[in-house]
Amino acid sequence: MLQDQDRIFTNLYGFQDWGIDAAMKRGDWDGTKDILAKGQDWIIGEMKESGLRGRGGAGFPTGLKWSFMPKDVSSGPSYLVVNADEGEPGTCKDRDLMRHDPHKLIEGCLIAGFAMNASAAYIYIRGEFHNEGNVLDAAIEQAREKGFLGKNACGSGYDFDVYVHRGAGAYICGEETALIESLEGKKGQPRLKPPFPANVGVWGRPTTVNNVESIAVAPTILRRGSSWFSGLGRPNNTGTKVFCISGHVNRPCNVEEEMGIPLKELIDEHCGGVIGGWDNLQAVIPGGSSVPMLPKDICDTVLMDFDSLKEVQSGLGTAAVIVMDKSADLIKAIARLAAFYTHESCGQCTPCREGTGWMWRVMERLVTGEADKSEIDMLLTVSKQIEGHTICALGDAAAWPIQGLMRHFRPLVEARIDAYHSGNAVAAE
Amino acid sequence: MPTLTIDGKEITVEAGSNVLQACEEAGAEIPRFCYHERLSIAGNCRMCLVEMERAPKPIASCAMPAGDGMVIKTNSETVKKAREGVMEFLLINHPLDCPICDQGGECDLQDQAMAYGRGENRYEEAKRAVPEKNMGPLIATEMTRCIHCMRCVRFSQEVGGVEELGSLWRGEHTEVTTYLDQVLDSEMSGNVIDLCPVGALTNKPYAFTARSWELRKTESVDVMDALGSSIRVDSRGTAVMRVLPRLNEEINEEWISDKTRYACDGLARRRLDTPYVRGSDGKLHETSWAAAFNAVADGLKGVSGDQIAGLAGDLADAESMYALKELLASLGSDRVECRVDGAALDASCRAGYIMNEGLDGLFEADYVLLVGCNPRIEAPVLNSRILTNVRHNGLKVANIGSAEALTYAVDEMGDDASLLSSKAVADALKKAERPMILVGQGALQRPDGSAILKAARDLADKHAKSDDWNGFAVLHTAAARVGGLDLGLTSDGGVDAILSDAKAGKVKAMISLGADEIDTSALKEAFTVYIGSHGDEGVKHADVILPAAAYTEKSATYVNTEGRVQRTEKVVFAPGEAREDWTILRALSDVLGQRLPFDSVDALRARMDEAYPVFATIDERQAAAWGDFGTKGDIEAGGILPAIDNFYLTNPIARASKTMEDCVAARQSGDGEATGTHG
Repeated sequence: MLQDQDRIFTNLYGFQDWGIDAAMKRGDWDGTKDILAKGQDWIIGEMKESGLRGRGGAGFPTGLKWSFMPKDVSSGPSYLVVNADEGEPGTCKDRDLMRHDPHKLIEGCLIAGFAMNASAAYIYIRGEFHNEGNVLDAAIEQAREKGFLGKNACGSGYDFDVYVHRGAGAYICGEETALIESLEGKKGQPRLKPPFPANVGVWGRPTTVNNVESIAVAPTILRRGSSWFSGLGRPNNTGTKVFCISGHVNRPCNVEEEMGIPLKELIDEHCGGVIGGWDNLQAVIPGGSSVPMLPKDICDTVLMDFDSLKEVQSGLGTAAVIVMDKSADLIKAIARLAAFYTHESCGQCTPCREGTGWMWRVMERLVTGEADKSEIDMLLTVSKQIEGHTICALGDAAAWPIQGLMRHFRPLVEARIDAYHSGNAVAAE
Repeated sequence: MPTLTIDGKEITVEAGSNVLQACEEAGAEIPRFCYHERLSIAGNCRMCLVEMERAPKPIASCAMPAGDGMVIKTNSETVKKAREGVMEFLLINHPLDCPICDQGGECDLQDQAMAYGRGENRYEEAKRAVPEKNMGPLIATEMTRCIHCMRCVRFSQEVGGVEELGSLWRGEHTEVTTYLDQVLDSEMSGNVIDLCPVGALTNKPYAFTARSWELRKTESVDVMDALGSSIRVDSRGTAVMRVLPRLNEEINEEWISDKTRYACDGLARRRLDTPYVRGSDGKLHETSWAAAFNAVADGLKGVSGDQIAGLAGDLADAESMYALKELLASLGSDRVECRVDGAALDASCRAGYIMNEGLDGLFEADYVLLVGCNPRIEAPVLNSRILTNVRHNGLKVANIGSAEALTYAVDEMGDDASLLSSKAVADALKKAERPMILVGQGALQRPDGSAILKAARDLADKHAKSDDWNGFAVLHTAAARVGGLDLGLTSDGGVDAILSDAKAGKVKAMISLGADEIDTSALKEAFTVYIGSHGDEGVKHADVILPAAAYTEKSATYVNTEGRVQRTEKVVFAPGEAREDWTILRALSDVLGQRLPFDSVDALRARMDEAYPVFATIDERQAAAWGDFGTKGDIEAGGILPAIDNFYLTNPIARASKTMEDCVAARQSGDGEATGTHG
């Protein structure tokens, strides 16, 4: 259980004012100049020591990512881009961070941008977050007025500014290279990697794309020390994380907790438990729709961090926990996710463009059971044909939920098929 | 130069190669749809996936730069499964159109499905369909077949220079379209039908007329402009069915202009297929060769050598021009003119009428000064080369002449020919390392054309020449012109003097070798023999018409604007009584009692090569010695008129083409339908 004094996001629920004066009372913008004065190498070193892994889903070590940016910026600018697209179904943490605690993000932008020699940060916020974008705009203006941003930010001698750019409603624009394309005004279609954004990013310049939460925790880590952060959680999975728990729990919520908290504890302590009690649990998707689901028996003991969930063939992702009790039709749920991926595919590469639609259509028939049992294996081979063969991870993300369903609930799917065929007797030839 | 291992074989490839190119060089065939050597890398079809050691998943070989020490496998189980997977995905929404699709028989999807596909279909859901798109009279669209390789989009932007093709929506609803539902504003638009790997974009005029395996393919050379693009002419029986580009790294790479590709239906319309003689009733009457020749002999009776003149039109081939010159010489006339547009070209120095550095030179130049030429209309393939150099090497282009949209940024210096002597122009050339001065016929057709030629020459001499670079270039519009100049077909006063002398009665007889771009009313009084393939302007006041062969009906020599000698091949026979032009002149020479000393085309060529050695070297550019040309004089201030009025109607074949007619209407009205009554 996370102790209150270890909490980073002290206004997660918006009980207090998000404005800069209230934020400063909560500790934001405290000693920013001194942090910057300690220099880029120190900052990156501390971030590496803290063990912070990206909070946007991939879990790439953040300090390491910042260190890829070139030290020499004489040929032109570098950029920090904050991924505030929050498109992963089930995820709602960045929204609360931005509308209730925006100054953590903005201060984080300055510190991170300085550390990586960037000249500006662009916060790409999904178009649907209209109010959150307004709050960010206002908060940035507040920071500028106080001299925290702009020329000689915080009196550090470093010029830096932050800009908000709104998206227009595409999940794929949460993929870092598609986000860069969209930021440049083009269609949000992912780029091939290599080259990586650290070499060729926004307008061809070196760019780092980080999730909102990853940037927003940076100032606190640097103020309180990397060893404080790495003391929470467990090795390779350090620190705190904002979990979003939704679905069949009594009190769905966002909650900041220690990495590695047992799933059962997370749900019981913070969400009032599963509706109908823990034994009413059927399955949980632990990290947003893109990670494979877990059946109850694994949920009984699994810990919520990157490595633990990888060991059970799932993933922490964005830590968006979708709880499904025994009343949930799992097949219908996965079919709905398959429809989501079909709709959100950008259409660039063949396996995703054609394959997601195929998987969705087969899933729809599996919902009613109007299929053949052999089609389950066919569906799995099709998912394997997509996985790993696409330009970006959307293809993998579309394949995994279906693989998770079949891995743990194949009997359920087969029973549905049996029920359909016995219920609709085939007319005698 | 990286060294990598492919299927166990070590190979060293050029720096900058990608893994796909390395694999191909190592002999491993890599299937692909979206990758094309001359377009940017897309990497989205995923057909080229190969296994690379130490990579967690297969890599797109087209997008991965070949690196030292890479170990690649192209025939492992993983790769086979990946290819089968991608092919299966492409086929699930692809309509089963093969029997009715023009691409059948030459379809990348068919070929790769056979070679790399699963062989059976597992998809039982509904297939998506895409509503009809209109891209004009040249490109037939059936977008349900589209596999979204995006080659057409990339081509239009990168080579065509027009940003008119793109995709709407996303995911499985993606549609490639012009959105505007109108003809593409490009003279290179037809190339997308070659690029499209499936039958989504096909040749509209050719639709449903033939299957590729029925066609005989003949390699030849184009005459629709002065580039001499390499083409392949497909014929069935006696009909030319279509024209395709042929790979030629030095001239047209893999592209041809829309006129080159689509004017071929004009080869079958308005043909002169029988001799005609104009009777005393003023009307033309069909007749036999013998009668026609006798009529010529009659017409020339009593006409002295200095009263006879000859004109060589825009499509005249070298053999015929040579025969014409020899024939007229034997009749006592040296007045043969090839500069039928009145351009002040100077035949005395070859370097003064060719593009000295060739089309290749456009890739090395860092500055091009256009003088009275519109490369987009006059030589679209050359224009694409300029665009490519602008995009990749930062070539700068400046223009003296009217400002036109050329598909790339141009420094408009002004529509005033006298700017040629301005300090600004000289300074710009001085600053450049390898400048090219491209003089167009529009400039040379002015009354002071010769002075312009001399001024351009002197500018090049001072600022665009070095030991290994001669930036002086002339852009011709007619396929016949350089050959005619090489044969010395020039006369004092040019075509203007000939026509005014004809009007005044000083020229009493005229032999016109397909001269259709002149005002033939000047020839009303003169006894005119017209030798040509089409019933165009030239027949209007002709007294005798002798039907001749078009470029697809004879093996004939043409010299392009680079000064490169090339030869067309005979694809089909000329219709009816029409014959190859030089044979007409040879036969006529007999009747006139001045038998020409050659009985075969080889014999003709041997004599021609001896008298004019430049013709002896085929297919290569030949360096020309620098010298003096043009006449010093004042250049009048004032604009330069375009050499070409309408891109689609520049020669008799094009003017006889229904497709070209449709294009004119479509470009005017903007939509794909020929309107006729819209403004």
